Amino acid sequence: MFKNYIKSLLLLELLKGLRLTGRYFFAKKFTVQYPEERAPMSPRFRGLHAQRRYENGEERCIACKLCEATCPALAITIDVEAREDGSRRTSRYDIDLFKCIFCGFCQESCPVDAIVETRVYEYAFEDPGESIMTKEKLLAVGDKNESQISADIAAQAKYR
Amino acid sequence: MTDELVTIEVDGRELQAKPGTMLIDVTDAAGINIPRFCYHKKLSVSANCRMCLVEVAKVPKPLPACCTPVNDGMKVSTRSPLALAAQKGTMEFLLINHPLDCPICDQGGECELQDVAVGYGSDISRFSEGKRVVPQRDIGPLIATDFTRCIHCTRCIRFGAEIAGVRELGATGRGEHMTIGTFIEKSVDSEMSGNVIDLCPVGSLTAKPSRYQARAWELTQYSGISAHDSVGSNIHIHTRNNRVVRIHPKENESINEIWLSDRDRFSYEGLNSEDRLTQPMIRKNGEWLKVGWQEALEFAVKGLQSAAGSDGDQLATLVSANSTLEELYLAQKLTRGMESNNIDHRLRQSDFRLDGNDSPIPGLSITISGVESLDAALLIGSNIRKEQPIIAHRLRKAANNGANISLINPLWIDLHFVADQFVSTPAMMVNNLASIAKAAAAKLTGNLAKIVKAAEVSNEAKAVAEQLKSAESGAILLGSQASAHPDYSVLVVLASAIAEATDSSLSYLPAYSNSVGAALAGATPHRGVAGVPIEKSGANAELMQSMPRRAYLLMGAESDFDFWNPSLINAALDQAECVISLTAYRSDSLESRADVMLPIAGFAETSGTFVNAEGTWQSFNGVVKPQGESRPAWKVLRVLGNLLGIDGFDQNSSNDVLEEIKSLTADLTIDNSVSTKTAGEMNSSTKGLCRIGDVPIYASDALVRRAGSLQKTNDAVTASIRLSANQAQKGGFEDHQDIIVIQDNNRTQLPLIIDPRVPDGAVWISSALPGTEMLGGQYGEVILEKA
Repeated sequence: MFKNYIKSLLLLELLKGLRLTGRYFFAKKFTVQYPEERAPMSPRFRGLHAQRRYENGEERCIACKLCEATCPALAITIDVEAREDGSRRTSRYDIDLFKCIFCGFCQESCPVDAIVETRVYEYAFEDPGESIMTKEKLLAVGDKNESQISADIAAQAKYR
Repeated sequence: MTDELVTIEVDGRELQAKPGTMLIDVTDAAGINIPRFCYHKKLSVSANCRMCLVEVAKVPKPLPACCTPVNDGMKVSTRSPLALAAQKGTMEFLLINHPLDCPICDQGGECELQDVAVGYGSDISRFSEGKRVVPQRDIGPLIATDFTRCIHCTRCIRFGAEIAGVRELGATGRGEHMTIGTFIEKSVDSEMSGNVIDLCPVGSLTAKPSRYQARAWELTQYSGISAHDSVGSNIHIHTRNNRVVRIHPKENESINEIWLSDRDRFSYEGLNSEDRLTQPMIRKNGEWLKVGWQEALEFAVKGLQSAAGSDGDQLATLVSANSTLEELYLAQKLTRGMESNNIDHRLRQSDFRLDGNDSPIPGLSITISGVESLDAALLIGSNIRKEQPIIAHRLRKAANNGANISLINPLWIDLHFVADQFVSTPAMMVNNLASIAKAAAAKLTGNLAKIVKAAEVSNEAKAVAEQLKSAESGAILLGSQASAHPDYSVLVVLASAIAEATDSSLSYLPAYSNSVGAALAGATPHRGVAGVPIEKSGANAELMQSMPRRAYLLMGAESDFDFWNPSLINAALDQAECVISLTAYRSDSLESRADVMLPIAGFAETSGTFVNAEGTWQSFNGVVKPQGESRPAWKVLRVLGNLLGIDGFDQNSSNDVLEEIKSLTADLTIDNSVSTKTAGEMNSSTKGLCRIGDVPIYASDALVRRAGSLQKTNDAVTASIRLSANQAQKGGFEDHQDIIVIQDNNRTQLPLIIDPRVPDGAVWISSALPGTEMLGGQYGEVILEKA
């Protein structure tokens, strides 16, 4: 009883707590000043989806529908048609980002590395329906980030 | 070969088999899986893929199971290290030249090569050299090819030689350079060609109409019954997103085995035609208005009641025999409920003189599978290959086993088996048959006795009579050209007398999927449900047109293309006060003549029952939703019945209707008995040129006529005038010249084609084609003039 009285009078527990605070007060800071600063990212980061093109500008996707089949959230919808030159292409490729759980299976299953998940994670939707990533949107994301995407894939190649 | 069984041991299991049976047949029956590509149970053994290698005790090397006969005491191991190594090695060789394009291959997901590679192949490829590439070949609008994927199993080649009976595909080159092709640039035209798509174990041959439309795992499979010929082929309907994507055969050994005709396989395309009627429409003051069901039905009922009124005879109901049993039954119930017996499904018949003495339930009196065990057959007026491809295939089997098959036709038919053909003008067909009747000493009376007596017996006719007499199982089959013949009654009586005299069976080959069902349902003016004769018979299809009525109810029939004489029916509809059409499609002929068009569900959209030629009842369900506002026809008829205040229209499902029909028809089967020995005077004219108006295979019904890919095939003909070279010369006509044809004072201009298949004295102008709708009957005198 007396012991406790002395402890609280001398603010021992407060000082104990402040010792931890003090340690971090002088230690090196790890807070990232977003958006001025960014956290480091793994090449395996699974952010916003993108569709890629070959160097000659031809879209990679051949509408094999493996991503649609493997998608656990049923977020992908694909329609296929034979393009004028007879090649198999998507006439519709939609990913519903509200359904997507960013598991990366689509990227994993793609035989031609067409659908990828990029490092992009900064996006927002203002209107209903905006959450649907259409083929055009996906290709635009891909075109914008191609250098990063191909670097990431190259970095990952030896593990696949 | 003895009947004694030998005992072999496979993977430690003892199996019994007949000596000489191939090992793979024994293991298949026992459920032991041996991988294979070239072996197929319906085709001959070629043993060229080497995938089925197994180890047999005391044999140093692995043996192919598909061509190793079983012996007593044989010990086989399908999964021993030697067998596995052999299978793995074979798989590696097969994959050397197979491209890695599974993601874009239509076969992907249902590919035998994929499955076997996963089960028996290696996990990595050691092959880093270049792969072989074969140029693309276009072999027609139905089959897409990619011969780079070919693994040279030769199933398609063997199918052509052994099943389709036309060697259209073959192999050129050897070893790696072997390629499949048509030798010369041509399309594959067999009416059964689509089956190579199923046979191909890889994606070399895939279906062109459904190319890239769906992956195997996205499809839902339903069972169904094919709706074109009277075989009633069992099918699997594959759908995706409420749309029929493709049709596959469903195995039924007693009906279609594992085959399917192209018409049954690809006609589904017509379902999504732009012509589909998707909303009820009524015509007010000459304008077509889209309306709701309530309004349309009330309009129809008002029209019917004011036109037909209390006089039931003023109502004429003409139904397509491709309708379901339930629809036909309700249609006749509705017609008879309005005090009328004027209902008929025999839209392509013109000679009804036999009505009353005719066969009550006409059909195939032998089973479809029984056709292949016939010893002799006489076909009258039947282009069997194009009318009933599956029965033709069975008949081909019989012919290959030595059966004597003869045909009496107005045209020379391209057949895929050996047969004697009697080709003559339509009028002379009767004489040919009479000649055989005389040779067979058939008993006839009256007018026919005179005709037979006057007939000259040729050696060929004698031979046919002799073949039929000596045959253990002989058959006389009447085809759809016979039923369209102006002397059909004469042909039937003669045929039945020959059948009696030669102890053969008499059969009909109805053209439509439910012709037998129509007879059972009572959709005929002279016979009610179950073929029971009616005291006061109504007007038959021909009379309903030549003595026009005030009200017409059409179901599933287009006046331009589905009738014996399109100009006659069009004239009858033109003068009618009220024409109600239950149809799945809009068409010019209906739009200019009908007053109400009620959209009905098409093939695969409605539940129902078809009774095939041999009398097998096959029920099916609707597997996709009817398009737009269309409804199953049985529902439309039921509501019409209710609105007209007729009793007995309170069924809740098509099954209720079926139960009702079943209770009335009990276990009725085909009854082909003909109860007369004579017929009336001959109708066919022997003077002038006689038209032969067959129905081309891809013009047979509204659905097929709208199936895009089928319409691009070589069998999809356009309207033309075909003459023999002789006849053309007589008239001074030249090949490919446009000439004028006049029939029943109707004239039109069509191109002339010189065709050696046409006999002198006849003109071949197919019916059911655009450009022939203004002409007269399928048979009849025509005049040709230079344009």
